[in-house]
Amino acid sequence: MSTTRIVGAALLLFGVFLFWFIASSQAPDARFPFRLGLDLAGGSHLVYQADTSGVSEDDVPGAMSSLREVVERRTNLFGVSEPVVQTEETFSGDHRLVVELPGVTDLKEAVRVIGETPLLEFRLQGESDENGITTFTDTGLTGRYVARAQLQFGQQSNSGGLSNEPVVLLYFNKEGSELFEEITSKNVGTILGIFLDGAPISLPVIQQVIPGGTATISGNFTPDEAKQLVRDLNFGALPLPITLLSSSSIGPTLGIETLRAGLIAGIIGFALVAFFMLLWYRVPGLVAVVALSMYGAIVLALFKMIPVTLTAAGIAAFILSIGMAVDANILIFERMKEELRNGKPLDEAIREGFKRAWPSIRDSNLSSLISAFVLFWFGTALIKGFALVFALGVVTSMLSAITISRTLLLSLAFDWTRSRAKFLFGSGVTLK
Amino acid sequence: MFVVRYRRIFVGISVALILASALAIGVFELKPAIDFTGGTLLEVAQGGALQEDIASIAGTVARGTVSVRPTENGYIVRTAELSPSALSEIENGLKALGKGAEVLRVSTVGPTLGDELFKKAFIAIILVSLGIILFVAVAFWRISKPVSSWVYGLVTLGTLAHDVLIPAGVFALLGYFVNVEVDALFIVALLTILGYSVNDTIVVMDRIRENLRLNQEGNKHEDFERTVGKSLAQTYARSINTSLTTIVVLLALFFFGGSQTEDFALALLIGIAAGAYSSIFFASPLLVMIERMGKKKTA
Repeated sequence: MSTTRIVGAALLLFGVFLFWFIASSQAPDARFPFRLGLDLAGGSHLVYQADTSGVSEDDVPGAMSSLREVVERRTNLFGVSEPVVQTEETFSGDHRLVVELPGVTDLKEAVRVIGETPLLEFRLQGESDENGITTFTDTGLTGRYVARAQLQFGQQSNSGGLSNEPVVLLYFNKEGSELFEEITSKNVGTILGIFLDGAPISLPVIQQVIPGGTATISGNFTPDEAKQLVRDLNFGALPLPITLLSSSSIGPTLGIETLRAGLIAGIIGFALVAFFMLLWYRVPGLVAVVALSMYGAIVLALFKMIPVTLTAAGIAAFILSIGMAVDANILIFERMKEELRNGKPLDEAIREGFKRAWPSIRDSNLSSLISAFVLFWFGTALIKGFALVFALGVVTSMLSAITISRTLLLSLAFDWTRSRAKFLFGSGVTLK
Repeated sequence: MFVVRYRRIFVGISVALILASALAIGVFELKPAIDFTGGTLLEVAQGGALQEDIASIAGTVARGTVSVRPTENGYIVRTAELSPSALSEIENGLKALGKGAEVLRVSTVGPTLGDELFKKAFIAIILVSLGIILFVAVAFWRISKPVSSWVYGLVTLGTLAHDVLIPAGVFALLGYFVNVEVDALFIVALLTILGYSVNDTIVVMDRIRENLRLNQEGNKHEDFERTVGKSLAQTYARSINTSLTTIVVLLALFFFGGSQTEDFALALLIGIAAGAYSSIFFASPLLVMIERMGKKKTA
C-alpha cells in the first residue's frame, strides 16, 4: 500500500509539472506554443484543382511536387510567414493543391500571389480545319523546361527598325534545349506558336534549326506584362494548370473571439463536471476531478508536443472529451459501489471495481475510435483536426482512468471504519 | 425492471420519434449549407450598417439570390459562388459605407467540392455504422444463447439509426423554421454521435454478457427477460451519469463556445440525449422483444 501512495504522490507531482509546462510554454518565443489553425489565427485557405490531363500517369507525382515547390516559392517570396502548401489526391483520383496563408485575409491578393495559371506552351501549327481555322498541336515543350527568363528592351523589330518593345528571352534547361532543337529541326518553315494560358502571344515562323536552347518571345507586351511573365517564368511557371475550387479567409478578430469563447466554454464545462462528480461520488469524485485535470494537462501537453494544429472544431472536440473522459471513472465507481454493497472491504472493492469495469471501458471506447478513424479519413483539414483531438482524448482518458484514478483511489483507501468508508466512497450504498 | 416490463411503451416512443424524424426529413428536408451546394458565405460585422445596406451591396455584385441572416452581432450573407475580385468589391463597398461594417470571414466552395463532400459523408456514415455493427457482433461472438451475436449487432444498428435520425429530424425542422443549415460539421457531429452514443448500449450489452456467463457458470436458469432487466438495473446509473456529464459540457459549448460551433454543439446535444434514451429504453427492450419472437417461432 505504501508503494501505491508513493506512486500516487509522484503522479500528482507529474501533473503539477505538466501544468507548469503548459503555462510556461505560453510565454512569447517559447519552444512549444499551441499551434493555432487558420480559423483561430486568421488567414486564408485555398484549394486548387490541378489539371493533370496533359501529363502522363507516371509523371503526375513529379509534376504535382514541382507545382507545390513553385507555389511555395511564390508564397515565400510574398513574405507570408509559415505558409503551408500541400498536394493531395482525392479518392476519386483528382489532384489538389491546398494552400494556407496565415495572416493573409485579402483573398484577391492571395490568389494573385499564387498565380492564376501562367502556363507557357509551344505549339506547332497544323492543318487548317474545315472552317479555315488553323489548329495547333502540342509539342510537349512548356514553361517547365525554362531554366531562366530575361527581360530585354530595344530588340530589333520585324520591320528592321529599332523599337523599344520589351522582349522576353528564354533559356531552356538541358532537356528543354534538346526538345527545342528537335522541334525546330523537324519543322523548319512552320509556325511555332507561343501560348500563354492558352492564348497565342507570338506566332514566329521557324527559320532554321535553333540549337543552344534560347528563344525570344516578342508578343507586343507592355513592360509590366513582360515583367510579370519573366517573374513567373523565373520563379517557375506553373507546371500544371490549376483552377480555384474553394477559398476561405478569416479575419484575426473573429479567430481570437472563437478562441476566447472556446476557453470560457471549456472552463465552465469542466467546472460543471467537477461539481457533479464531487456531489455524486464524494471522495472518488474528487479523485476523478484530479484525474480529469491531469487528463486535460496531458492532452494539452500532447497538443504542444506533437504538435496538433488547433481549430475551432478541435477545441470543440477537446471540450466534448472532458465530458466523455469521466465516463471510465463513472463506470469504475459504479462498479466499486456495487462491490461495497456486496460487503467487500474497501480496497478489495476498488480493485474489483477496476477489474470488472475494464471490458466495458475497452469495448465502449473502441466504438468511438472507429468513428474517429473514419472521420480522419473522411476529413478535410477541419475535420481531421477534430478527429485527431477526439481520438487522442479517447485514448488518453481510457489510460488515465485505469492508471491515475486507480493509483490515487487506492492511496486513499485507509482503514476507515465501515460507516465512514460508506459515507466517503459509496454514496447511495446501503450496507448489508 | 420496469423498462423491460413496459417495453412496448418505451420502444413505441422510440419508433414514434424515428418515424416523426424521418417524416420531418422527408417533408421539410435538410437545408444544405454551401459546403454541399457550392457558393459563398460571408460573415459581416454589423457596425452601424443596416441589413438592407449589406444586402444591396452584395446584391449588386453577386448574381442570383442573396440571403442575409442576422446573427448575434452581424450578418451571414450567402450568395452564389463569388470570385476573389468580386469579394473585394463587396469589401470595398462595405468600407465605402463608412459605418464600420467589415467582412470577418469569407468562405467559397466550388460545386465539385460540394458533391464530393456529400458522397464522402454518405460513405463515412455507412462505414462507421458497418464498423460498429461488425465490432459488436465480434465482441459478443462467444454468446450465442439465447440470441445470436448478430442480433446484438442488429439491435445496435437500430439504436444507431435512432440516435442519428432524431438530430437530423430536429435539424430539418430548424432548417424549415429558422433557416439553420446543415454543413460539414453537422456530418462530423453525426459521426461522433454514431461512435459515442453506442457506448452506453455496449456497456449494457457487456453487462448482459457477464450476467449470462455468471448464470451459466452457476448453472442457474433465468429468463432472458430477467437477465436483461437485471443488467439494465445495474448499469442505468452509469449510463445516465456519463450522458449527463457529456451533456453538461455540450451545454457549456452551446452557450459559450462561439458562433462557429453553436450548431455543432446543438446537433451533438440532441444526438447524445437520444443516445442516452436509446441505450436504456430502446436497445435492451428491443433485444428482449427479438428473443421473444424467436421463442414463439421455435415453440
